Amino acid sequence: MSASSNPAQGALPRRRLLDNPPHWTTVLAVIVLVAVIVMAVFAPLLANFEPTRLNAAMRLKPASDTYWLGTDSFGRDLYSRVVYGARVSLLVGAGVAIGAIVIGLPLGLIAGWYRGIDGVLMRMMDGLMAIPGILLAIAIVALVRGGLLTVIIAIMIPAIPQVVRLVRARVIAAREETYVDAAVLLGTRPGKLIRKHLLPTTIAPLIVQGTYMYASAILTEAALSFLGVGIGTEVPSWGNIMAEGRLYFAINPWLVFWPAIVLSLCILSINLLGDALRDRLDPKMQGRAP
Amino acid sequence: MATAATQPVLSVRDLKVATRGRQPSEILKGISFDIHPGETLCLVGESGSGKSVTSLVAMDLLPRDELRATAGTVRLNGEDILTATPSRTKALRGAEMAMIFQEPMTALNPVLTIGLQMDEVYWAHTKMRPKERREAALAAFAAVHLPDPRRIYDSYPHQLSGGQRQRVMIAMALALKPKLLIADEPTTALDVTTQKQILSLIRELQEEQNTAVLFITHDMGVVVDIADRVCVMRRGEIVETGPVEQVLSRPREDYTRDLLQSVPSLTPRAPRASAGGETVLEINNLEKTFSFGSLLGKLMGRESRSVRAVKDVSFGLARGRTLGIVGESGSGKSTVARCLMRLEHPTGGEIRVNGQDIANLQGQQALAPARRRVQMVFQDPNRSLNPRLRIGESLIEGPLNLGEDRETALKRAGELMEVVGLPCSSLERFPHQFSGGQRQRIAIARALMMEPEVIVADEAVSALDVSVQAQVLDLLAEIQERRNLAVLFITHDLRVAAQICDEVMVMQRGSVVEMGPAAEVLGKPTHEYTRALINAAPGRDWDFAAGRRIAGATA
Repeated sequence: MSASSNPAQGALPRRRLLDNPPHWTTVLAVIVLVAVIVMAVFAPLLANFEPTRLNAAMRLKPASDTYWLGTDSFGRDLYSRVVYGARVSLLVGAGVAIGAIVIGLPLGLIAGWYRGIDGVLMRMMDGLMAIPGILLAIAIVALVRGGLLTVIIAIMIPAIPQVVRLVRARVIAAREETYVDAAVLLGTRPGKLIRKHLLPTTIAPLIVQGTYMYASAILTEAALSFLGVGIGTEVPSWGNIMAEGRLYFAINPWLVFWPAIVLSLCILSINLLGDALRDRLDPKMQGRAP
Repeated sequence: MATAATQPVLSVRDLKVATRGRQPSEILKGISFDIHPGETLCLVGESGSGKSVTSLVAMDLLPRDELRATAGTVRLNGEDILTATPSRTKALRGAEMAMIFQEPMTALNPVLTIGLQMDEVYWAHTKMRPKERREAALAAFAAVHLPDPRRIYDSYPHQLSGGQRQRVMIAMALALKPKLLIADEPTTALDVTTQKQILSLIRELQEEQNTAVLFITHDMGVVVDIADRVCVMRRGEIVETGPVEQVLSRPREDYTRDLLQSVPSLTPRAPRASAGGETVLEINNLEKTFSFGSLLGKLMGRESRSVRAVKDVSFGLARGRTLGIVGESGSGKSTVARCLMRLEHPTGGEIRVNGQDIANLQGQQALAPARRRVQMVFQDPNRSLNPRLRIGESLIEGPLNLGEDRETALKRAGELMEVVGLPCSSLERFPHQFSGGQRQRIAIARALMMEPEVIVADEAVSALDVSVQAQVLDLLAEIQERRNLAVLFITHDLRVAAQICDEVMVMQRGSVVEMGPAAEVLGKPTHEYTRALINAAPGRDWDFAAGRRIAGATA
């Protein structure tokens, strides 16, 4: 086993994603996420009421058989609003993660491969990263009319540099591999070389980074809605439910509590899933986290 | 040296080590050996033979979640290491036994000074006062012949050379005068001249302190230079053990005999008749200067640091001939190769491929004709094949770039697989399914797919075991003959150079110091540096083929 003297011998079998049974926390995380997704997709079936239906007679009622989680200050059913809120959260998370990767991946590949462009591009990214994400989002939402797309773009822009930096680092590491030199010697053009030899090395870390961006986008959206610059209250999101509930916290703290619990569980699950993916995709990290 | 009457320092009996997991496989299958005070025992074997695991068991450093000792005893001065408590073995390490590793850079902490790390050894194991510890450290540095111990004491690891770092490691290992020193390939990462110094240092300190040394190596030359006794290991078993002269001159086992036969001889082979082939590659006055310094630095008028890696190198290479470039690390031999492959931009000179100067061409399109004619085989076959691509895809990449269609390229790839001695079905498999030697064959096949006229082999067999190395060299020679190829062979190993090169070029610090037919350069070297290189070649006073010492072997 003198692997140190010659690592060439004794090729190891390839690791597969499901070689070992997953940790129980991972299973739990997947169950929670599936539940949230089901909630978002089948919201009209699961909700007891229209989330926007007002009922002045039933304002700020505690939980009951009709209103499972009680009602808010306009007499809207809290349970139905939380169920519908999952739609916004999941859409924003997916939009931000996918958007940031679609824009950041090519930029990162270019920055990593073309050293001349690298300096300029990365300084631009540094500039973007220097602006606090929430502040930038508030500015964008304030400039453009609020709405789902605006919120997604506003949260996505500060996320792009994360992707660019990650991809660039992987490309710079990979271009030191001699198989990249070999491909150059075989006459492979840069475009094909990047696509065939460099792009695949970035996929695994991107998947992991994607889950973290997903979670943090949901959080940021909630924060924006809470601050009142996100999506309008006519579309329920976990953030704006909490924002409205905050005013009546002394009377009915459950208005803040329930969406907060669902939000926290959702974020925790995504992060746990991300950790599990990282451990599976990167054998070096084995045994560090559950 | 060793007498049977003394009690062995380390005594290993029927040691078995297996992997953990559902299907444990045995890594060590019951090995036994003794080491007496003042004796050097060499564990020699190819990769995967279990020699490093043996040393880790002795140090109680087995990775516990992966391997475990299932049977046997390991006694250090009569005390069983396997049953001792972790705190006891921790106390024993350093005080009674110590280890030096292959790569001194990774064994030293890069953010602490050498002095602090040395100090810790004394701090952990003795009751010395700070001042005494410093005195002891300086004395220890002096004992391993480090220049200016005070400066070394305040240096960080990266400020020392590889040889100096290994000296520091030896100083640390021997600081508390342990009874047993385990050296796991301590010179493999070093240049030959440094290796020679380190080996004689270990010998010297061993004689002073009467230390028992367990020396692990894959290099038969090193065995000749340092061993008193030898254990030849293969697949977790000791196949042969005995005094060094006996094992080397009268090996009992076929495996040992094969191992010894595969060691290339330092005596250059008989020169081949020059076929008078036309010159395909010509390098004139090649220069390469690396400059370090940012654009910002330049704007602010800061002077950029530059290193002249290649200075005024010229040579020609004809079809059917092999030119060897030999030299130590940092001599610029790989930079020459990377420049002529145009992986680096040369800063001066001409590179003529079939008469066309490619030194200043830019872009894949302009370089395409030259790229097809000159192909390269890299050192580490683990890294030169993309692990995510099937072998077939890797092989046809070049031809596809030249516009060949997939079907014919794949057909040719299949034929080439058989030329390099692998089944045609290999095309469907991934690199990790092959051994190192097989992967190097695949890399050669990939170069041949381009039907080149020149093959540049940059340390192409250095990462391989000797027996595999011999096979790959045979393959290269056969292909060269059949296809009338010119080969540029870059190596630090004079033995390999002596066996396959027609001409040899010796490089030192970027310049060519000597060049000529292999028999002359290696047989009757005129330059002092060439002579030093040859003298430092491990085991140079042993004729492995004949199994006897060579009398008066100094160049």
